[in-house]
Amino acid sequence: MSFYPLLNQMAKNMNSETVLRAQDIYKSYHKDRIEVPVLRGVDFEVTAGLVTALVGRSGSGKSTLMHLLATLDQPDRGEIHFQGERIDDAPRSRRDRYRNHDIGIIFQFYHLLPELSAIENVLAPTMIGKSAWNFFRHRKEAKRRAEAMLDRVGLLHRAAHKPAEMSGGEMQRAAIARALMTDPTLLLADEPTGNLDTETGLEILKLLTELNQDDGLTILMITHDNSIAESADRCHRMQDGQLQQGMPELLIA
Amino acid sequence: MYRWLLCFRYLRTRYIALASIISVTLGVATLIVVNSVMAGFSAEMHERLHGLASDILIECHASGGMPDPEGHLEEIMKVCGDDVVGSSASVHVPAMLGIDFNGQLITRHVNFVGLDPKTYDDVSHFGRYLLHPENQSQVSFQLREDGFAPNREQFPSSGWGYRRARVAYERALAEEQARIDALRNPASSITAETTGPSETGPSLTISPPQIFEQNNEVAASEFDPAVEQFPGIILGISTSSSRMRDEDNNVRDHYYCRPGDDVRMMFPNASDNAKVVNQKFTVVDMYESGMSEYDSTFAFCRLDQLQEFRGMIDPASQVRSVTTIQLKLAAGADLNAVRDALRRRFPPNVYAYNIQTWRDMQGPLLAAVKLETTILNILLFLIIAVAGFGILATFFMIVVEKTRDIGTLKALGASGGGVMSIFLSYGLLLGFVGSGAGLIGGLVFVDHINEIATLIEKITGQEVFDPTVYYFTEIPTIIHPFTLVWVMAGAVGIAIFASVLPALRAARMHPVKALRFE
Ligand SMILES: Nc1ncnc2c1ncn2[C@@H]1O[C@H](COP(=O)(O)OP(=O)(O)O)[C@@H](O)[C@H]1O
Ligand SMILES: [Mg+2]
Repeated sequence: MSFYPLLNQMAKNMNSETVLRAQDIYKSYHKDRIEVPVLRGVDFEVTAGLVTALVGRSGSGKSTLMHLLATLDQPDRGEIHFQGERIDDAPRSRRDRYRNHDIGIIFQFYHLLPELSAIENVLAPTMIGKSAWNFFRHRKEAKRRAEAMLDRVGLLHRAAHKPAEMSGGEMQRAAIARALMTDPTLLLADEPTGNLDTETGLEILKLLTELNQDDGLTILMITHDNSIAESADRCHRMQDGQLQQGMPELLIA
Repeated sequence: MYRWLLCFRYLRTRYIALASIISVTLGVATLIVVNSVMAGFSAEMHERLHGLASDILIECHASGGMPDPEGHLEEIMKVCGDDVVGSSASVHVPAMLGIDFNGQLITRHVNFVGLDPKTYDDVSHFGRYLLHPENQSQVSFQLREDGFAPNREQFPSSGWGYRRARVAYERALAEEQARIDALRNPASSITAETTGPSETGPSLTISPPQIFEQNNEVAASEFDPAVEQFPGIILGISTSSSRMRDEDNNVRDHYYCRPGDDVRMMFPNASDNAKVVNQKFTVVDMYESGMSEYDSTFAFCRLDQLQEFRGMIDPASQVRSVTTIQLKLAAGADLNAVRDALRRRFPPNVYAYNIQTWRDMQGPLLAAVKLETTILNILLFLIIAVAGFGILATFFMIVVEKTRDIGTLKALGASGGGVMSIFLSYGLLLGFVGSGAGLIGGLVFVDHINEIATLIEKITGQEVFDPTVYYFTEIPTIIHPFTLVWVMAGAVGIAIFASVLPALRAARMHPVKALRFE
């Protein structure tokens, strides 16, 4: 089943449209009045239809950058544009909508809500995005879509299970289904395999690759694992608070 | 939507929060119980006090009283005639009651009231507190045949039947005594025969001291106690009885005299150089209002008789005096306004009158009950406030525990307000659950309060409402819907208030810090 129009696939081949652009991003943390610079002038683009990898050692600031891209935090300097719209200083409600609707996020530690079952977790973004009344009116539709998403990640048989009753791989699948629920333009994945054994991690990667290839989903994948980065279409290496861009083979060498 | 879903899930999975609202439940239940008992108690007291006292009381402090009550009444009607629906004049005088009991004289200090049987019930409840059912509808100072206190098994037989039996018994006893005396001492048999039957009240053998003015004794030889009676008197039940517990802890009343017996009243006459009037009366009924203060101090007789005994009739003009005028006002009349108007008409520097409303007379008592209710309410609300701090602490812990989830929700696009409303509605829900349970518990408790009281009595052996003190057969309760509403609103308000700070904290939480929270 395809959720993305053929246009996306074409765009991938044409290698054109920029979904997300970060310009000259600076971010530092303050600890006891000591400034700890993490990002120092990051320039960076995510192209539609591609899997873009962001590699770097642990503590190099990858997650920090992702949080900025997801507008969970604000850069000290620089701008972030989503489909040409400046998003980093957009009003709060726009940023909430951006997170809810325009992008999907998956985390290393899944971040499922423990009180909710898998399908309720998948439904959560829709519940958050719509008013109670609106959700109630379209609940059948939403439920059908949530089931389709769970089916897509191969977890339909686990729909009623709570996160505590699932394995790490299953939880990450549920998280992916949740991220896809609102049909996002871009999927941000922060070390999606970081907490999984190699084999399960590969399964998750396979799933993400499939989503990209079959449905044309644009993915920004953050990882510290070079081998994962290799399989991406584009690769950026994070070093000393800045990004080096190039083809994966070159960077890893 | 997610707010309510999460809120319900948190309620279902966080039982600790439920524990924290048990104190809300208890507080609400206690508030409802206390308020309805206090309301019932105070309403009962108001009802009784108000019923016993008339709306407005005009007392004259002069020992001779105020002459010409009709003239006074005319003046009163000029001042506030529109509001007055009933009036009654009476004579109040301090008196000593003497009861002969097993050859001993029992004396009690009483408030002796001479009342007008036709009008007295118009201004205050009187008849309904009498023991004889017929007296309850129409007071009579003539002794009735029998049938006193029909629904009280312990009440001794009274009335004419009892009186005849007693007189017959005493006569037989006296004859027997005379016969024995005659056998022992034949010389004095003649005197014994003449003095024996001449004793007027066979139960009252003690001759009063010389200073007592014997002004109205019925001629001894003509008086036959088996068919005649002295002027009727109605005694407050506690003036002539005592209530105590027997060995089995049952409440028992012991009567020193009963309707049909004769008693002696000693009271000052109305002259400036007051002398004591010593007069015999026949008890015709008893008065039981349930207010021990009243029941132990009042005795009633007919107004015209008391006026005669006290010399309150001007020999020249035949104008009678009274000490007290009582007024009954129309429902909704402003008591204080009427009182003030009357005080202006009878200024205290000219007239030795004391004009009061019933609230003035019972002011300290009513104020005490009100104060007690207020203090209890404050204390109990403090308990709920303490419960509020419990909720506050619990909620803070839950917010801390849910930090990562709050980060997740924000990452999924939830707004600060949305996250806040999860915890606010959680508090609201807990408040409703807690105070709703308290409401139901409190209402059930109030509904069964008398059963519960009996149960407590059984378990502890301690009487909750001691009937030797209170004449309540059961605990009175009144539930004011308004009280329920503000107790509920207060409790829910406190629960919400206690959840505001944690909810604000959750809303303000930085998403990245929340996501990175371990
Ligand atoms: N709240 C913070 N305060 C101070 N330093 C922080 C904070 N968060 C992250 N850092 C520091 O910023 C750097 C980048 O962290 P992060 O973005 O998580 O790295 P990565 O995801 O690449 O492992 C690390 O050195 C980390 O210690
Ligand atoms: Mg990281």
